[in-house]
Amino acid sequence: MWIYQKKTEFPVNITSPDPRMAKALMAQYGGPDSELGAATRYLTQRFTMPDDRVKAIVNDIGTEELAHWEMLGVMIFQCMRGASLCDIEEAGLLGYYTMHGKGVYPADPNGVPFTTAYIQSTGDPITDIVEDMAAEQKARTTYEHLMSLTDNPEIIAPLRFLREREVVHYQRFGEALSILQSRIPNNNAVPSKMGCPCKL
Amino acid sequence: MSCNCNCQNMNRYMDMTEKDLLMQISQIQFVCVELNLYLDTHPDDEAAKKDYLSYSRMLHELIKTYEMQYWPLHGFGHSDTETGCWVYSEWPWD
Repeated sequence: MWIYQKKTEFPVNITSPDPRMAKALMAQYGGPDSELGAATRYLTQRFTMPDDRVKAIVNDIGTEELAHWEMLGVMIFQCMRGASLCDIEEAGLLGYYTMHGKGVYPADPNGVPFTTAYIQSTGDPITDIVEDMAAEQKARTTYEHLMSLTDNPEIIAPLRFLREREVVHYQRFGEALSILQSRIPNNNAVPSKMGCPCKL
Repeated sequence: MSCNCNCQNMNRYMDMTEKDLLMQISQIQFVCVELNLYLDTHPDDEAAKKDYLSYSRMLHELIKTYEMQYWPLHGFGHSDTETGCWVYSEWPWD
C-alpha cells in the first residue's frame, strides 16, 4: 500500500498565472512519456520481475513517479490559477477550458487524453526494462524541451529537478538490465506447446 | 465540517520557520530516496547501508520535530501527534 505525505517531493510555488506553460506541462502530466505513464508502467510491470533487486527498483521508482506526477499536477494548477479567459484562449486552451475549466486533467498539450495504450507490460523482464530505459530518456528530452520554453525560475527549478531524476532512474534501470542479463539461463528457449498433453 | 483540535482557528499558512523545517525534511528525504534506489540494485553495499540508516534516523527525527510543532505530515495512522489537524494544514498546491 501507499501512505500519503502531505508535501511535494520538491517545492513547487508558481506565483503568477501562465496558461501557455500549463498547456506545455501537460506533456508530462498526461502525455505518452508522462509521469502518469511512468508510474503505471513500472507499478504494473513489477509483478512479473524475477529478481528481488529488480522488483525493488521497479517498485520504488514507480513510487517516486507518483510523487513526480503530483508535482506536475501542482505546476499545472498553479499556472492556471488566476489566469484570465483571454490569456487561456490566447494560450490555445479554448477547447481544454470548455471541457475541463481550470481543472487538472491528464491529457497531452494537444488535448489527447491519457491512455494506458502508451505503456507496456509484456511479462518479459528484459523487454519491460528496456522500455523503461527508453521511457526515462524520452521524459528527459521532454523536460529539456519544457525548460527551453520558459525563463521563469519558479517553473525551471522543479523542471530541472525532474529532469535530473530521469537521468538517475535511467542509470538504475541500466543496472537492473545487467542483473537480468546475468540471470539468463543457457536453455533460454521460448515456451512451446510442442508435446503439450492438452492437444490444443 | 469540524475536528476536535480547534485548529480551524489557527493560521493555516506556513511561517518561515515551518518552511525551513519542511525544506530540511525534503533535503534529507531526497538523500534517503537516492540511497534507497541505489541500494535496490546494490543491496550488499555496506557503506551505502550505513548512510541509509543514519539519514533515515535523521529524517525520522526531523519529521517528529515537525509533527510535534505543526501538523501531521502523514495520514492512515503514521503521524502520532496531537498538534494540528490533517484536514486543515496547508495542501501542497495551495
